[in-house]
Amino acid sequence: MEKVLLPEIKDCHKIDVYLAHGGYDALKKALAMEPAGVTDEVKKSNLRGRGGACFPTGLKWTFMPKDSAKPKYLCVNGDESEPGTFKDRQIFEFNPHLLIEGTLIAAYAMGAQMSYIYIRGEYGKWIRLLQKAIDDAYAKGFIGENILESGFTAHITIHKGAGAYICGEESSLMNSIEGERGYPRVKPPFPPQYGLWGCPTTINNVETISCVPLIIKNGAQWFAGIGAAKHPGPILVGVSGHVNKPGVYEMPTGVPLLEIINTHCGGVPGGKKIKAVIPGGSSTPILRGNELEGVCMDADSLKAAGSAVGTAGLMVMDEDTDLIKVITRLSKFYYHESCGQCTPCREGTGWLFKILKRFEKGEGRMEDIDLLMDVANNIEGNTICALGDAAAWPVQSMIRRFRDEFEQRVSQPKKESAEAIA
Amino acid sequence: MFSPENLNKIEELKKRYPTTQALVLPVLWIVQEEFGYISQETMKYVAGMLNVPFGHVLGVVTFYTMFHQQPTGKRHLEVCTNVSCYLRGSQDIVKRITDKLGLELGETSSDQQWTVSEVECMGSCGTAPMMAVGEEYFEDLTPEKVDKILDGLK
Repeated sequence: MEKVLLPEIKDCHKIDVYLAHGGYDALKKALAMEPAGVTDEVKKSNLRGRGGACFPTGLKWTFMPKDSAKPKYLCVNGDESEPGTFKDRQIFEFNPHLLIEGTLIAAYAMGAQMSYIYIRGEYGKWIRLLQKAIDDAYAKGFIGENILESGFTAHITIHKGAGAYICGEESSLMNSIEGERGYPRVKPPFPPQYGLWGCPTTINNVETISCVPLIIKNGAQWFAGIGAAKHPGPILVGVSGHVNKPGVYEMPTGVPLLEIINTHCGGVPGGKKIKAVIPGGSSTPILRGNELEGVCMDADSLKAAGSAVGTAGLMVMDEDTDLIKVITRLSKFYYHESCGQCTPCREGTGWLFKILKRFEKGEGRMEDIDLLMDVANNIEGNTICALGDAAAWPVQSMIRRFRDEFEQRVSQPKKESAEAIA
Repeated sequence: MFSPENLNKIEELKKRYPTTQALVLPVLWIVQEEFGYISQETMKYVAGMLNVPFGHVLGVVTFYTMFHQQPTGKRHLEVCTNVSCYLRGSQDIVKRITDKLGLELGETSSDQQWTVSEVECMGSCGTAPMMAVGEEYFEDLTPEKVDKILDGLK
């Protein structure tokens, strides 16, 4: 398949090169359409969000009120902090104008005059690269007042995060833009009713928005015909861990995981067996390496396999991997990143980490396995946002699919002391 | 407190947000870039400037990992140890750095030259293991590469 999100065009990040390859033609085409027509086209394309939730993008846009006395806002989510995820960074670096063009088209469809692109603070270098592209687009009249004489006005502002995974959660992201601590909000009300500063707001992922110009340019049917029928389009798959050629690969949705690992990424170093994979970033349930036959990188296939496509950040672990170390490290991450607002998550992530630490040291007790499950089950579904679920799922799936690994780390009978917990 | 350039930047930013509170993060970034860290003195100044309570600014500073209330070493090494980096040997990278500098994770050298921190995933999983020094990413690290990088930073 021809690469469209990250095309093999030299210097595509430069506006002149982008224009020479048909850049901003989709914006011109969109501005000649009715805003509702643009949304319809995105709806028909079956584009689903690439940030992890796979929600239909066009449908999401229709939740925005058509007439609103208040200003409307678009937020583009480039917080990209899910462990194993490093795809949006490629768009900032190699195809920033596609993102800008998509932002403008989405803003036009929804009537948003200001769009905020929220980027994690660690991406200082990529923020500067994108800012340069935005400045160039302003200079050419693609952003600003009365774009291309269409009467439509749109502005784009980059908002720099400051090191908080939780700000990738959409309501937390809005609070962060408002200058608050990044606490998620209780929903409802949902962002289209009560978003930024109480105004109608939509939040889309960077990769999702970058698909929009491609849909407008090539048509909804073209997009809907790529890859898996119910979750179509090109997708950026980031592969990390034990593969010979890790990196971000653009491909249609629905490619078998084993083909991604063996064909795209050159297999596992040393020809070792795959013990496990985490298919879509750290929050998605872990899968056993010997159960990957027929499992594909799309929402339905991974759901059927008992996991999720998430951000398509595929982490591969060979047969020698210490999975207890892996899950302990992940739990430390969620413990650190829990915002502290909801008790089950604030306390529960800490307990998961502490109990897992016991297994890591070979000091686990047999009853700790059920205790872990119990703590995880009491976090899941009992928090304002999905971080609690994201912390619980990896632990639950690890116990379900690799219980033997835990049992091997149970200590031989010996005195239990309070210090062992610390 | 701010340079004329930065004051200008702040005025420009005001046009992009409907409230001054929204400028808390951008202005704190400017503070940290100019002074290296965010003191309580500057927080009070920022609070006055943006017309928000001091406690609000303090609350924001303490929430976000990247805002520092204490100066870090001149060179701040941030090493990722999350899963993708762990799978490709981040523990060897941490060991080499801490051995070479004689520092534990989270410590700053007494001469204020070096700080070493363990950080969460920085989005460099395909080029793991990695560390960041300031805004610069050093990727596909090996212990030998770490030696060269540290020598180059001296």
